[in-house]
Amino acid sequence: MDLNYSAEHEAFRLQVRAFLDANLPPDLRRKVCGHLRLAKDDYVRWHRIVAAQGWAAPGWPVEHGGTGWNAVQRHIWDDECALAGAPQILPFGVNMVAPVIMAFGTDEQKARYLPRILHCEDWWCQGYSEPGAGSDLASLKTTAVRDGDEYVVNGQKTWTTLAQHADMIFCLVRTDPAARKQEGISFLLIDMKSPGITVRPIIMLDEEHEVNEVFFDNVRVPAANLVGKEHQGWTYAKYLLGHERTGIAAVGRSKRELRFLKELAMKQQQGGRPLLDDPQLAAKVAQVEIELMALEVTVLRTIAQEDKAPGPQASMLKVKGTEVQQLLTELMVEAAGPAALPFDTDYLEGRREHAAGGDNALSPALVADTAPLAAYYFNYRKTSIYGGSNEIQKTIIARMILGL
Amino acid sequence: MDFELKEEQRQVADALRRWIERDYTFEDRKRIVHSPSGTSPEAWKTLVELGMTALPVPEAQGGFGGTAADLFGVMQELGRGLVVEPYFATVLGARFLTLAGGQEALLERVAAGELKLACALGEAQSRHDLADIAAKATGPADAAAVSGVKTVVEHGGQADVFIVSARSHGGQRERDGISLLLVEADTSGLAIRDGRTIDGRRAAAITFDHAPATPLGMPGAGWPILEAAADYGTALLCAEAVGAMDALFAVTLDYLKTRKQFGVPIGNFQALQHRMADMFIHLEQARSMAMLAAAKVDSPDDGERRRVVSAAKARVGEAARFVGQQAVQLHGGMGVTDELPASHWFKRLTAIGLTLGDVDHHVRRFTEQPGFRTA
Repeated sequence: MDLNYSAEHEAFRLQVRAFLDANLPPDLRRKVCGHLRLAKDDYVRWHRIVAAQGWAAPGWPVEHGGTGWNAVQRHIWDDECALAGAPQILPFGVNMVAPVIMAFGTDEQKARYLPRILHCEDWWCQGYSEPGAGSDLASLKTTAVRDGDEYVVNGQKTWTTLAQHADMIFCLVRTDPAARKQEGISFLLIDMKSPGITVRPIIMLDEEHEVNEVFFDNVRVPAANLVGKEHQGWTYAKYLLGHERTGIAAVGRSKRELRFLKELAMKQQQGGRPLLDDPQLAAKVAQVEIELMALEVTVLRTIAQEDKAPGPQASMLKVKGTEVQQLLTELMVEAAGPAALPFDTDYLEGRREHAAGGDNALSPALVADTAPLAAYYFNYRKTSIYGGSNEIQKTIIARMILGL
Repeated sequence: MDFELKEEQRQVADALRRWIERDYTFEDRKRIVHSPSGTSPEAWKTLVELGMTALPVPEAQGGFGGTAADLFGVMQELGRGLVVEPYFATVLGARFLTLAGGQEALLERVAAGELKLACALGEAQSRHDLADIAAKATGPADAAAVSGVKTVVEHGGQADVFIVSARSHGGQRERDGISLLLVEADTSGLAIRDGRTIDGRRAAAITFDHAPATPLGMPGAGWPILEAAADYGTALLCAEAVGAMDALFAVTLDYLKTRKQFGVPIGNFQALQHRMADMFIHLEQARSMAMLAAAKVDSPDDGERRRVVSAAKARVGEAARFVGQQAVQLHGGMGVTDELPASHWFKRLTAIGLTLGDVDHHVRRFTEQPGFRTA
């Protein structure tokens, strides 16, 4: 057993850190670390900075613009980006639809879409869930009927993350209504500007517009936008989900949030002393820190089996990762106390500045600002529900790993 | 990074496992547990022949110079096999001797399997604080003596030599003034009351009344050695717990697949599937921390060692409680019988939880590390 990073990997970490120090705009760092909401331009700006460095799609093969990094390097990259407070490179294009296009798409599709995903010229969203098909995704009802060299799409998708910004949507649609549930599904790429598409916001419990309903009313899609074979979409969807990397554990982000929590609990006073001196709170913070330590090692163990895709192991990382994330947000609200109650959407959306702390090179400025914390806590209740609820993940563990 | 046992580590663990499966079955163990000494001379002989006693001893003293990582696989197998022999007590004792230095002769005898050690550290009032010591160390180095009562000394009734913590000076809970001493089991001024523990092992209460002793390390400056040795023992217990949990998890999973109710295997029921998934996640998180503790317990950075070991013992303790309790529950009525091994792993896991610091103790210690407030 050797649980240390190699010298090469440590050097790589420093290289990544230097890049982030030099290129991550301080305003984005402040927004991310301060739990403020990001605008479309925030995501695009960061994605393009990283793309200019050639690092926007570390998981891709080199011929398509990947980096050739191994799994440990990719983990270090994710870790350092999260610790530094970089915006996420959204997964819908780079990590979700691109691998499917690479594996099953035509040469035209690859040539057209992959470079545009890499450089964030197209914003993608994911058309999977429907009102009647959440965890039971294969029950989806949106139809695509072939008409000459087009498909005509009718139906509805829901929970579509950031569809209000999207140029393209990848969709699971039913092309053979007579076939059994998992059969007769196809994988279509649809231009969001097509006539007949309506996007309706869903406002969540933190009053944020993050997800949407997307309606399709006789939307005409070129048959050239079918990925792979007709009726084989379920296979591609499973491939996409199987592509789920260890990033789902969000260890780096949680490490950043733990640091935030501790700084907050040191600034907050109780009885004239730092709140972190309170043994009850300290014990809770320690236990989430220990859980996160364990999770990080579990992730590294999964990565060490690099030849094997994580598969059902990812279900464990998802459950534990989201539990840790939720616990951290809960403790932040607890540490903020009554100061977590004021709800200031102008501040959350960046329309008004609060007093901010200073920067330093080692630790990004973490303004222990309590204003966004309650909204953040409420927002994060989604994590144990999306991507297959944690109950579904446990069923997957029981069936796929334990053979029950 | 590498999370696998090295080839020779695997071979050692495999040899131990084969012996346990052949000659230290659940029935064999039961006989040993209920024997007068609660241990088996034949089993000890085999452990010695397999090189187990030489493994943790430095090479200069005829050992293999094994690290905690080298012992990881061994402790896992002992946990899996519910072995009740006085191995851990001797290994922990050997760690004291190694850290203190100057004990080559004793270490050679440990490596050869000629010497069993026991660590008399805890007292009735100490709970998990090994610095809470009322026992007194008196006299000059060449005529030292120990007086006091040490409780729950694991395999104290089966040991040849005791490592004893006692106070030379300072207040009862101060870290300064703690001395470590060696006391021969057959010396005068000793009263040993041997008894069983809930997990089928042996522990003794030992009364020292001006018992002649030999100082181990610097008088009054024993705390750093005591703490480092306890951390080492804690890391080993974490590995043992993972082995016990592995075995308990496996029999429970098997039970869910074979036990039928309402015409189907009970593993078909989702509530039980999710319970097993929760146990699985606990076990993997605990395994990660046990590995980390084994890898870092030899760290020259004391702070890192304390932080990681306490994190591991706390996390393993949580997992052990959950996996133990739920495994019994999932076995239904059979889970609360003496007949099935399941309850015996549960009892061993519970005992490990109470040895060398429970969850609360280690969470508290974790919060007391200097880096806790900032990192």
